[in-house]
Amino acid sequence: MSNVPGDLKYTRDHEWARQEGGRMRVGITAYAQEQLGDVVFVELPKVGARVTAKQAFGVVESVKAVSDLFAPVTGEVVEANADLAHKPEIVNQDPYGKGWMIVVTPADAKQWEQLLSAAQYEEFLAQGGH
Amino acid sequence: MPYDNQPAYDRLVFELSSPGRMAFSLPESDVPVEPALAAVPEKYRRRQPAALPEVSELDVVRHYSRLSQMNYGIDTHFYPLGSCTMKYNPRINEDAARLAGFARLHPLAAEALSQGALQLMHELAGMLAEIAGMDAVSLQPAAGAQGELAGVLMIRAYHEARGEKRTKVLIPDSAHGTNPASTALAGYEVIEVKSDAEGQVDLGDLERHLAADVAAFMITVPNTLGNFEPRVTEIAELCHARGAQVYMDGANLNAILGLTRPGDLGFDVCHFNLHKTFTTPHGGGGPGAGPVGVKAHLEPFLPVPVVARREQTYVLDWKRPQSIGKLQAFWGNFGMHVRAYTYIRTMGADGLRAVSENAVLNANYVMKRLEQHYDVAAPGPCMHECVLSARKQKKLGVTAMDIAKRLLDLGFYAPSTYFPLIVEEALMIEPTETESKETLDAFCEAMIRIAREAETAPEAIHQAPVTTPVRRLDQTRAAREPNLRWRGQR
Repeated sequence: MSNVPGDLKYTRDHEWARQEGGRMRVGITAYAQEQLGDVVFVELPKVGARVTAKQAFGVVESVKAVSDLFAPVTGEVVEANADLAHKPEIVNQDPYGKGWMIVVTPADAKQWEQLLSAAQYEEFLAQGGH
Repeated sequence: MPYDNQPAYDRLVFELSSPGRMAFSLPESDVPVEPALAAVPEKYRRRQPAALPEVSELDVVRHYSRLSQMNYGIDTHFYPLGSCTMKYNPRINEDAARLAGFARLHPLAAEALSQGALQLMHELAGMLAEIAGMDAVSLQPAAGAQGELAGVLMIRAYHEARGEKRTKVLIPDSAHGTNPASTALAGYEVIEVKSDAEGQVDLGDLERHLAADVAAFMITVPNTLGNFEPRVTEIAELCHARGAQVYMDGANLNAILGLTRPGDLGFDVCHFNLHKTFTTPHGGGGPGAGPVGVKAHLEPFLPVPVVARREQTYVLDWKRPQSIGKLQAFWGNFGMHVRAYTYIRTMGADGLRAVSENAVLNANYVMKRLEQHYDVAAPGPCMHECVLSARKQKKLGVTAMDIAKRLLDLGFYAPSTYFPLIVEEALMIEPTETESKETLDAFCEAMIRIAREAETAPEAIHQAPVTTPVRRLDQTRAAREPNLRWRGQR
C-alpha cells in the first residue's frame, strides 16, 4: 500500500493538501506518481492565478499519460514550485516534500473539512482508487 | 570510419557524407547563368554552407533501402495495435489511386475537367452516409481528429443558429485523447463522465452532468474497452431530451459495418477513419482521411465546398451561408478517397459485413486463448478488440511495457499499452479481420510464453528487446532531455 501521511487531506483525484497557517500546500500523492510512472513535465499556474475546487489547475505528463491536476480547494495561487520545470523527477522522488506543486490561499476555509482524511483516502485506494 | 561490425548503411545519412561527393550531374546550362548570391540580400545569406550530407546516388539508395528493411509495418508483420485497425491495405486500392485521371488531376482544374473525380467524391460520400445511417457526409477532414473538430463545430453552429448558449461537452473517461482536444479547440469546456466497473458509461453520472448548458455528448462505439455500449440508444434519448447532440467517434467502426448504424442508434454526427476501417494507408504510408457524417438538421453547417450533383454534372457548392467554412487545403486528401471508394466497391455490402464479423471473431479468439494467462479488463465477449490487464504480471515485477518490449523480440508489433487509461497495465489488442488463424495462434503462443517467463525468468523480460536495431530506449530521459537534432561528431 502506498504511503498516505496522516496529517494531510486528500482528493479522489489523488492530490494532497497540507495546512500551513492560513495557506494550503498542494501536490499529488505517492499513489498518483506510482500510477503515472516517470514524470517528465509539469505545467503549473502562475502566482496570482485563481484555482477552483475540483477543476483543473495544471497538467502532469509522464511517460505513460498526460493528466490534469485538480485543485482541492478554491483560492489564489501564492507560490508555484519552479523547481519542477527542470527537475520533474522530484515528483516521483518526494511527492509529499520537494515535489509539492502550488500553495493556495483558500477562499473558503471550510473546504478543508470537505477533503478526504488519510483514513478515508486509504479506504478509497483499497477500493481501487477511482 | 572505424570498423565496428555494423553495416555501414545503418548509420545516419550525415555520417555517410564525404566532402565533394554528389548524387547528381547536371548538363551545361543553355541559358545565361546569374550568380545566385546576387539575388539574395546580404542579410539573408548564410555565413557557412548548409551542413547537408554529401553522398552518391548509390549511397542514398542503399541507406534508404536499409531503413525500409528496418521498418516495421503491416506489410511485414502482424500489427495488433489496439484502436488503430492496422489491417491489410489491398493493392487494388493503389492501382486505382494511380490512374492518371485521378493521380495527375490538378485540384484547381475546372469542374468540367474534373467530373470523374467529383463523381467519385459524391458517390463515396453517399456510400459512407449509407454505411453510417447519416444523411450527408463531408470528405474534407484530413484525419479523425479534424473530423471530430468539424463535427463539434457543426454542433456549435447548430445551437447558435437556434439561439441557444451551450458551453460544455461531456466525454467519458475512457475516450481517446483526441475527443477532449478537438472539443476544447472548438471552444467548449470538457466535462468528464465516469465509467462504471465494466467500463461502460455510468448513466447516473451522465444524467447528473446533462444540464441545459451541455452542447453534446461524445462517445466511442464500441467503446475503448472493446465492448458495445448496451444502453447506447437510451443514452442518445437522454441527451436529446435535454437538447444535447450526440457524437459518435467512429474510430471503432470496423466492429459494426453492416451490423448496425450510428444514425439508427440515435447519433447526430459521426466521423470515419478511412485509414482504419476503409484500408487507406496508415501513418507514414500516406495522409489520413477523416470524413464526417451528419443527420439532416446539421447538413446546412457542413464545411464548404460540398460536392453536389446538378442533373448530370457534379459541382463544388460554395453557396452555403450557414457552413462552418473550409477546413482543409483543396477538397480533402483525395488520393485516400479513391482508395476508400475502391475498397468499398470491391468489398460490397456483404463483404463489409463479413469484415466486421471476422474482426469480432478474431478478437474474441485472441481473448479466449489469453484469458487463462492475463486478466481481462471487461467481461467478454468483446467486439473487434480486447483489452487485457497485466496487473497479475506486475505483481511479479513485469509491466505491460515489459511485455510489449518482449513481443518485439518474438517477432510481433506490440498492442497498445496503458490505454484506455481506466485499465491498470492495459494491453489493448486489435487483430483485425485480415489475419489468419495461424498468425493469431503464433501471437497467442508468444503472449503465453511471456506470461510464463514473467513467472520463471522476469529478468530476461526486463532486458527486452534484444533483437531490434536499438535496445530499450530511455523514454524518461528522452522526454526530460530531448535531443532533437544531429549535431555532428563532437
